[in-house]
Amino acid sequence: MDLSAINPVLLIASLMVAATPLLLAAIGELVVEKAGVLNLGVEGMMITGAISGFAISVETGSPWLGFLAAAVGGAVLSLLFVVLTQLALANQVASGLSLTLFGLGLSSLMGQSYVGIKPPQMADVHIPVLSDLPVLGPILFSHDPMLYLGVGIIAAVWALLKFTRVGLILRAVGENHDAAHALGYKVVRIRVLAILFGGACAGLGGAYISLIRVPQWTEGMTAGVGWIALALVVFASWKPWRVLLGAYLFGGVTVVQLNLQAAGVAIPVEYLAMSPYLVTILVLVILSADKSSAPASLGRIFHASH
Amino acid sequence: MKLTSLLASAAMVLGLATGAVAQDKTKVGFVYVGPVGDGGWTYEHNQGRLAVEAEFGDKVETVYVENVAEGPDSERVMTQMALNGADLIFTTSFGYMDPTINVAKKFPNVKFEHATGYKTAPNVSVYSARFYEGRAVQGTIAGMMTKSNVIGYIGSYPIPEVIRGINSAYIHAKKVNPDVQFKIVWAFTWFDPAKEADAAKVLIEQGADVILQHTDSTAPQAAAKNAGNVITFGQASDMGEYAPMPRVSSIIDNWAPYYIERTRAVMDGTWETSNRWDGIGKGMVKIGEISSAVPEDVKAKALEVKEAIASGAYHPFTGPLNKQDGSAWLAEGDVADDGTLAGMNFFVEGIDGEIPQ
Repeated sequence: MDLSAINPVLLIASLMVAATPLLLAAIGELVVEKAGVLNLGVEGMMITGAISGFAISVETGSPWLGFLAAAVGGAVLSLLFVVLTQLALANQVASGLSLTLFGLGLSSLMGQSYVGIKPPQMADVHIPVLSDLPVLGPILFSHDPMLYLGVGIIAAVWALLKFTRVGLILRAVGENHDAAHALGYKVVRIRVLAILFGGACAGLGGAYISLIRVPQWTEGMTAGVGWIALALVVFASWKPWRVLLGAYLFGGVTVVQLNLQAAGVAIPVEYLAMSPYLVTILVLVILSADKSSAPASLGRIFHASH
Repeated sequence: MKLTSLLASAAMVLGLATGAVAQDKTKVGFVYVGPVGDGGWTYEHNQGRLAVEAEFGDKVETVYVENVAEGPDSERVMTQMALNGADLIFTTSFGYMDPTINVAKKFPNVKFEHATGYKTAPNVSVYSARFYEGRAVQGTIAGMMTKSNVIGYIGSYPIPEVIRGINSAYIHAKKVNPDVQFKIVWAFTWFDPAKEADAAKVLIEQGADVILQHTDSTAPQAAAKNAGNVITFGQASDMGEYAPMPRVSSIIDNWAPYYIERTRAVMDGTWETSNRWDGIGKGMVKIGEISSAVPEDVKAKALEVKEAIASGAYHPFTGPLNKQDGSAWLAEGDVADDGTLAGMNFFVEGIDGEIPQ
């Protein structure tokens, strides 16, 4: 065993990178669920975003355009979910599942000619003085811009839900869509916007994997992150900062366990491998001991005539 | 009404069935564990399928199903293939072993070929490749090229096939560089690009400047490329898009000749149960081109090892070798028998870390 081989600064820096795709997808889904819609298609939207972003950034040479395309790609795919659940009033669980299957198939079709290509790289932020600080510099001030954007989205969603009228309306729609409708709010329109936002965030999360974390395109490369994001929203009790905490915890334990393995720590590897899931669930379950619960209209179909 | 439609569909099925017989095509099915675009394991099996099509043209029809989970779902897929008239079915992952045996019992006239397993039946053959021979070449290059003397190894599951690879690579790295040390990380997945990339990054952060992988995607190659001065090896497939750096060589699974041979045997009616385990000599394992990033003397040494194995003059597991706990395994000059290799569940002396049980 040689724990000195583990560099804590690099460890923290890489856990933030590992957490970001999960964080982006989860915060998008949080907004969707706050509006009373359960979209199980996160995985499908992520992988579609991953290939959309990858393809566009390879074609244009710009990672920024790639991320934009990823957001658009995720949102466009979520339109399918909109049509099924908000217009055709189909079951949300079934529609979400089919969205995932569809997204996986569509992405592998789109990605046929992008296997084995290296995407243009997004330069890390470098702030004079701050980035050069010992310890804090590499941890806080030397990442790619998307990582900061992810944290920014969390803060924005938190502020929006907590302090603004828009946030209040969104929550009202999620808690009781009939009452919100009676007050004159456009329930369907608000939900459609929330779903599109969720799709865009999932797309960004997928593109973060294909453009920064790995970076390359491989079929099925999101490998279940979308499902973890869904679970994370529930365990985080629909609270933005807890999503951040949960994502960092999950990313952190994932990276730590790989580090421990490489350093030859004598804990059975199976326990290490399951530890990210266990620790994240445990902490968030303890946190959610307060009275927060799911939005009351979550997953229920709304039609103005009811 | 119902009866008529039933009769009509029955007639249609019969019509289709006789149509199929009339065409007299040999139908070959493939069950894949990952996507055909994984750039590794499944990709190479699919190359084998395409080679069968190219060889026999109109006389064969091939079908495949990708991303089939190991377990009950694979049984359903195989049953469907057999019902749809497949004459020969290749099931290409270790976890399909029992499902293959189960389905084969129900369809005695259909031939089954299971990759990397060990259970056979009158209509089930098994086949695998001696990947560890390729690992010996990799280990030689890795041991001679490492500057930090730390070699990172990304394992998938602690099964004999993977353990054989680790042992073989270690023995040959140690032979050319006595100071070499292996750091092993188990990913517990065959295919998860993000996790594989993380594992590679962790190993690099902890000082490894060579990454060997026994997982299916090219993600570790991408991670190594980003890190700079790290070398890797293509796994299962050439992964040549990452040459000359970081990928300096590769193990390529070459299933095409075997698939063509077995398909021909079904056509001729000469197919028999067999247990095939071929290596570099028979061409089932190929060593991808050693890139320009490798110094000439290292390349020469690696090719020498390769030739010795191919000709049968040298066995990668030749004594004296001890097990990890120091107990004797092979005496001077002895070589490991296939039974021990097939069930290998121990590290050789010198490797740190335990095999997860």
